[in-house]
Amino acid sequence: MEFLLLLASPLAGALALGVFGARRWAPELNAAASLATFIAACALTARVVSEGNILAAHEQFFIDPLNVFLVTLTAFVGLTTALFSRPYMRVEAQRGRLSPGRLRLYHSMYQLFMATMLVALTTNNMGLLWVAMEAATLSTVLLVTLYRTAASLEAGWKYFILCGVGIAQALFGTILLYFAAEKVLGAEGVSALLWTHLNGVKGQLEPAVLSLAFVFLLVGYGTKVGLAPLHNWLPDAHAEGPTPISAVLSGLLLNVALYAILRCKVLAEGSLHSHLPSRMLMGFGLLSVVLGTFFLWRQRDVKRLFAYSSIEHMGIITFAFGMGGPVATFAALLHMTVHSLTKSAIFFAAGHAAQKCGSQLIEDIRGLITLSPTVGWGLMLGSLAILGMPPFGVFASEFLILTSAMRDQPWATPILLVSLGIAFAAIFRRVQPMVFGETTAHRLPHAPALLPVFAHLGLVLMLGLYIPPYLADWYRAAARLLGGP
Amino acid sequence: MTLDLQLLNMCAALLLLLSFAMLAQRRIVILVNLLAVQGAVLFAATLLLAWRTGEHHLYVSAALTLALKVIFLPWLLHRLIRRLEVYWDTETLLNITGTMLVGLLIVVFAFGLAQPISALANTATRSSIGIAVAVVLLSFLTMITRRKAMSQVVGFLSMENGLFFGAMSATYGMPMIVEFGVALDVLVAVLVLGVFFFQIREQFDSLDLHHLEALDERRSAGPPASRGAPPSSGRPPSEGHS
Repeated sequence: MEFLLLLASPLAGALALGVFGARRWAPELNAAASLATFIAACALTARVVSEGNILAAHEQFFIDPLNVFLVTLTAFVGLTTALFSRPYMRVEAQRGRLSPGRLRLYHSMYQLFMATMLVALTTNNMGLLWVAMEAATLSTVLLVTLYRTAASLEAGWKYFILCGVGIAQALFGTILLYFAAEKVLGAEGVSALLWTHLNGVKGQLEPAVLSLAFVFLLVGYGTKVGLAPLHNWLPDAHAEGPTPISAVLSGLLLNVALYAILRCKVLAEGSLHSHLPSRMLMGFGLLSVVLGTFFLWRQRDVKRLFAYSSIEHMGIITFAFGMGGPVATFAALLHMTVHSLTKSAIFFAAGHAAQKCGSQLIEDIRGLITLSPTVGWGLMLGSLAILGMPPFGVFASEFLILTSAMRDQPWATPILLVSLGIAFAAIFRRVQPMVFGETTAHRLPHAPALLPVFAHLGLVLMLGLYIPPYLADWYRAAARLLGGP
Repeated sequence: MTLDLQLLNMCAALLLLLSFAMLAQRRIVILVNLLAVQGAVLFAATLLLAWRTGEHHLYVSAALTLALKVIFLPWLLHRLIRRLEVYWDTETLLNITGTMLVGLLIVVFAFGLAQPISALANTATRSSIGIAVAVVLLSFLTMITRRKAMSQVVGFLSMENGLFFGAMSATYGMPMIVEFGVALDVLVAVLVLGVFFFQIREQFDSLDLHHLEALDERRSAGPPASRGAPPSSGRPPSEGHS
């Protein structure tokens, strides 16, 4: 029941908004559909807390500790982003950047995007997971090009082709996975692609095929995570699309793609009994951290700046998952949660700031604090949080990751520490003049939505000081699941 | 070796040949026709295999291939070509001879890659897995050596055909629900691209992708004046705020 509501509300929202998406009350309808999704996610969570894992719809969908918190997180950020996009998109429409038709497209595709991500997270079928990931790309391509500027068209094309090629590799990986599974589980029915079944027999899967499959799956889904040599689409898509889309791409889509890799890693490690999958995750992760950090220095566009910061953080998370072990995996899951909350909060604040100053360029955004202290503080606190300042949650997770790196992979610790230091300097020196000093900001016709920014930052602060016991239990259970060889 | 197996192997060989033809072809109309022929060969192979193995879901996927890859997508692409008036892919990044040589190496590599899989497969068509991998990689090569958006899309679709053929040779096709999902995604992808092409054309008056190379890192690193040169790009400097 909760499942049905969870997947049906965004789909119904997408249909309704496809018809009414240009009406004056469309943003409210968008928020209402997101609220319904969030309520369904909460109900589902409550059921998991009381009853444990759930299988539904002939085992095609399932919830376990690894995806339950991601479902709730996705629904929550989906709701707050819908709230943020109310005033934001109204201002954009008033400035003549969007016609009613494009507004309809935006609202409808936003809900469809949510639906595809929720399907990807909850499906038990590795084939459906692929289908949902590809659908997530397709539903956002036209959103990246929403403004139809030359730059946004280029970003959209890059996004489509790179992610399309990437996802084709993942399809090949999925075929190989099916090939290996079919030998053990038989081709009857569709059970050979169900993750729960695969997980049961992972020890018998052919290691030679699984290692090849994992390489393709990692490269394929890794393109969507924005892992380093394959990250080219990410900054462009983030910078050129409307800000609510940057927030959900960075906060949610990257997590969902990483989640897909984790599911594959469990199977590959169970079959291979070797460190190959972990080493590959560590390698890609570390490369992303280093490259993401160095590109931070050259950025002049505020959204590109934080897009590169997303690459860096996804690198840290991937590296931590690669290290494995209960502590590092726990920290990586926590980091996934807090990064998603913090980064979307930053995009909300940066979006309002860019609208107030009429430019996304960092040098045109000055002295936010004079005109609107709340947006200024939101950006400042968000940046401090993402840079790993205590007492925010990012500090806790990064601290755990660094300490386990010192114990397990001491060679990587200096690289991580230097990167974090450079990232701090690069971001802080950009954000500081944006917030303080002479102002270039103007008032907006619609009051900015500040509740989402501070709700997110409040949660991140809470996770830095106190993690609710059931959340910690999920993290631990998921860490056991991801255990490593 | 029975006749149907020989025919299946011939289909596999034809697919490889068609991939090379695509690699060398500069006229976009012919490129789309080649894609349609590739779809038709794939359809024939699926049908043969369905008849040989008696797997019912292969008939369904053969029908899906016929409807989508032989009829609908080529028709849609031809329509787009006429509407957008793109007929030639003028220059490639590498000349034909060079591309062909690289293609040959890729085929050798593909067979090496597929070796362990073929060794483990127990399907009658396991020898074609190497060809499927080669088709995928050759399509990838087509994509990266072309400038025109339309040729890249044909490469993308041909890659999907190769993957489909690989799934067929290794495991007699994926579960039905997945195949439907993949077909739906491909269909939506091409429709999205159709919309996208019109947007690109509206903006640049051409489908040549080198117009799309402006973004890069230059925008972030260059002097501020170089950024946001077209009036529509970036935000309007400042408008009448209240």
